[in-house]
Formats: sequence, C-alpha cells, structure tokens
Amino acid sequence: MDTSIIAQIAYLVSAILFVSGIKQLASPATARSGNIRASVAMLLAIVVTLLDNQILHWTTVVAAVIAGAVIGGVLARKIEMTAMPQLVAAFNGFGGGASAAVAAAEFIRLGGNGPGLAVGTGATIVLSTLIGAVTFSGSLIAFGKLQGIVTGRPVTFPLQKILNALLFLGVLVVGAGLADVGIGDAVASLFGSSAIEIGGPFFLALVAGALILGVLLVIPIGGADMPVVVSLLNSYSGLAAAATGFVLGNMMLIIAGSLVGAAGLILTQLMCKAMNRSLGNVAFGAFGTDGPTAKAKTGERPVRDVDAEQAAMVLAYAGSVAVVPGYGLAVAQAQHELKKVCDLLEERGVRVRFGVHPVAGRMPGHMNVLLAEADVSYDKLLDLDDINAEFDTTDVVLIVGANDVVNPAARDPDSVIAGMPILDVDKARAVIVMKRSLSPGFAGIDNDLFYMENTLMFFGDAREQMSELVKEVREA
Amino acid sequence: MGELLIGLYVFVLATLAGREVISKVPPTLHTPLMSGANAISGIAIIGALVVTGVADSTWVRVLGIAGIVMATINVVGGFMVTDRMLQMFKKR
Repeated sequence: MDTSIIAQIAYLVSAILFVSGIKQLASPATARSGNIRASVAMLLAIVVTLLDNQILHWTTVVAAVIAGAVIGGVLARKIEMTAMPQLVAAFNGFGGGASAAVAAAEFIRLGGNGPGLAVGTGATIVLSTLIGAVTFSGSLIAFGKLQGIVTGRPVTFPLQKILNALLFLGVLVVGAGLADVGIGDAVASLFGSSAIEIGGPFFLALVAGALILGVLLVIPIGGADMPVVVSLLNSYSGLAAAATGFVLGNMMLIIAGSLVGAAGLILTQLMCKAMNRSLGNVAFGAFGTDGPTAKAKTGERPVRDVDAEQAAMVLAYAGSVAVVPGYGLAVAQAQHELKKVCDLLEERGVRVRFGVHPVAGRMPGHMNVLLAEADVSYDKLLDLDDINAEFDTTDVVLIVGANDVVNPAARDPDSVIAGMPILDVDKARAVIVMKRSLSPGFAGIDNDLFYMENTLMFFGDAREQMSELVKEVREA
Repeated sequence: MGELLIGLYVFVLATLAGREVISKVPPTLHTPLMSGANAISGIAIIGALVVTGVADSTWVRVLGIAGIVMATINVVGGFMVTDRMLQMFKKR
C-alpha cells in the first residue's frame, strides 16, 4: 500500500494523539479526555485511510463498519461492571482476530507462497497470522473461563507441556516454510510438491496450529491468575497489530500496535510481581484450584463469629475503618450496599478508605472500577503500599470476599504464597472478615488470619449481609 | 534503508515511548488503561479497510469483511466502555 505524504503526516498526528491520550490516563481527573483524544486519533487514522486508498467496494466496507460499530456499541453500553474482565478478553480476541484476518487476506492477495512473495513479507505475514490467531483463540478461552462457560480451574493433562512445545515447534517450522527462508523448499520437497502449490495447505496448517496453541496456552491457567492472562493477551493483540503493520508497511499500525504491546507487557509484569511469581510459573504452573474443592484443614481451630448487629457495633464505634475488597465482592455484586455502609459510617464521623490489592479481582484494577461504579471517591482508593502504611493506626479492617491477598502465610518462607506482597490487615486493632465460609482461596491454603484473636468472622453472602449491616449501622 | 528496518526502528521507539507514559498510570486506572489500549489495538481496522477496499477475490473480501467487523467491535466497544468507566471515577 502506497501511502501519500499527506496521509503519512495525518498518521503522525494520530500517533501523537495516541501517546498524549495515554499520557492523560495518568490521573483520574484527565483520564476521560485522554480516552477521547485517543478515539479522535483512531477516527483520524480511519478517515485518512479511507480517503487515501482507492476503495472499490464502498457498500461492503460501510456495511461491515456499521455492523461492527453496532455490536461493539451495544456490548459497551449493556455490560455489567462486574463482567468487565470477560468483555475486555473478548475485545482482545477480536483485535487479534482482525490482525490475523488482514494478514491472511494479504497472503492470498499476494498469491500465496512462491517467487512473488519477498522473504521479509512472508515472515511478517506468518508472524502476524500466528500472534493474531493465538490471541483470538486464547482470548475466547479466557472469555469462557471468566464467563463461567469453561471451568475456571486449571485444565491439565499428561504431557501437556511437551505437546505445547511440539505444537509450537511445528507451527514455527510451517511458518518458516511459508516465510521461505530455505526450510520451505526442504519441507515442500519432502511432500513431493512445489512451494507454490503447498502454500495454501501450509497456511491453513499454520492457522489451525496457532488456534490450537492459543487454546492450550490458556486452559491450564486458573481463575485467580486471570489478571496475568488478560494482560498478556492484551499485549499480544497489540503485537499482532504491529506485525500486521510490518506486512502492509504501515507505520500507523506499527506505532499503535507497539503502544498496546507495551501497555499489556507492563501490566503483565505488575501482576506477576503482585503475586511474587514468574510469568513462566503462571503460564505453566497450573496453580490453585479456583474454588472450595481444595481440601484444607478447617474447622479444627475455633473462630469468633459475629452477626450483623455485632459487626455494626464494632464498625460504628471505630475511629477509622479500612475496607479490603476482593473478587467475592464482584461475585456477590455487593459494591452498592458496601457504599451505603461506608456512607453511614462517614456520617457518624468514621474515617473510611479502601485498600486495593493489585491482583484483587479478575483483571488489573477490577475492584477500583466496581467501587467507582458505586460512587466511591477515587481519592479514597489506596494501593498496596499506601494502605499498608496505615494499618497500624486503623481501628477496624472490613474484608469483603478477599482471602489470599490478606493471608499472613505469605510471610512464611515455606508457604506456597511465600513472598507475595499482602495487605497487612492483621496490624489493625480488629479485623472483620465477610465471607461465605472458611474455605480456602485460590491458593488452596488455610488462612491463619481467620483464627487470630482480633479477627471476627462475619459469615454469609456478601450482598445479603451487607444489607443487614446497612440496617444495623443505621440503628447503632 | 529497507522498509522493514525503518519499521523496526519505529516499533522499538514507540514501545519505549509507550513504556514511559504507561508506567505512570496509577493502579486505580489499570482497567480503563487496559480497555483503552485494547481499543487502540483495533487499529488493525485500517489494514482491514485497505484490504477489503481493493479486494479482487472472494476470499480476500470475506477475510477483509471479517477483519473490519472484528476490529470495529474492538474500536467502538473499547473506547465507549472505557469512557463509561472513566466517567464514574469522580472525586467528592
């Protein structure tokens, strides 16, 4: 595609708007205009592309754009904030799928493998098809897991890693063959066929292999590790777009794609750091069980349980309260009731703020969005380091549906979660844990916090119990 | 300098620039960051538009249309849902 000078300059303007738009995301006060700026950049890039190229099939193009816009718009308006992780996973998949589709279309347009295809072009087509297809199928599985269609537990089988490695190798060989770096002819002669004839089937094999690889890479990963997977797939969708940019020789695609690639990679690193685990361990560790299936020794030690009235008393007469939300809050959709409790406490003069662990929920920042939805002011949302500095001066910590991120076992070097940064809630004067049962969290280990002297267990469904708490705090 | 090499320069520099601005985004905004970045990855739409616009065979056209639809869902849905989230972040 030959891009005119004017279009190139317009792309440059778009690139600047993308970068400065993301820069505005650094503060909640400017973030919204940053997102609008990025969407203007996208619109500019699209309009310029349409004007700069000889579009022969206008009706088709416009119809496809309208169809996509309607689907995307409806999804964006209807989605519950609790379901944001699966929506983002699905969108990641569409981005990857689009990149792979464009690369595949270029492959066909250029006449498949053979003398017509320059070595560089062949390699970039293979790369963007591969990354795009892995992103597509991997994201669909991630979507299925988050939506509850596919089990949230790690799916493992014997020789899984070996199969993955072989498949990856196979895809690379096929890809190298297509990219025509010499192996192509060797493989082609093996099948007794010329490189040109074998191009089509090989390409289909590449696509099929990449799609299966995407599935196999995501199924062994458990529910609570999803923040890492969603971040990684986000990064892939950017890299796929960048690779497509190399195919088409389009700098706009390369710039925007690499920005997204960087964003996803940074988030992936942050999530791994917040669990003190390597990316390799998350990807291949098949860690945890995502549910009450793990057998832990529970019920042997006494706990102190309270009802709504007692919990309300403790909270209402505290000077300061820190709320620690976890995935259980999202599952129970209890964020609005929680906000009511906090409002009542503040009316009484109690100082309330929220401590959010980086991996609480199913995607980075998941809890913050839920609390923002419930109208919690963002200056009360504190991250790990800030809230940890305040626990020893906090009267009561209210934990809602969180478990591993407040487990003091992380300080024990022999624990499976050893070294994971946790919220030091046990430093507060009292802790109220709102939870359905004593069952262990994702890591499958017992939580000593529940048995500590200053911990009160407040059992039940988070939403129902929170409604009770609203009543009791009002009367307290 | 070949086109591929220029592309590589751009790729590396844009990644570094991205790293700089993105690492300043606070954890509070990580979900909108991700969904916004996600919308930007729908940039593949401009590739899909070009490919479809000049399609000379049925398969190219089918793939191009699939590309446009998926990328547009990504772009429109991504930016809209990000805006919906960001307007909820208020200071009181």
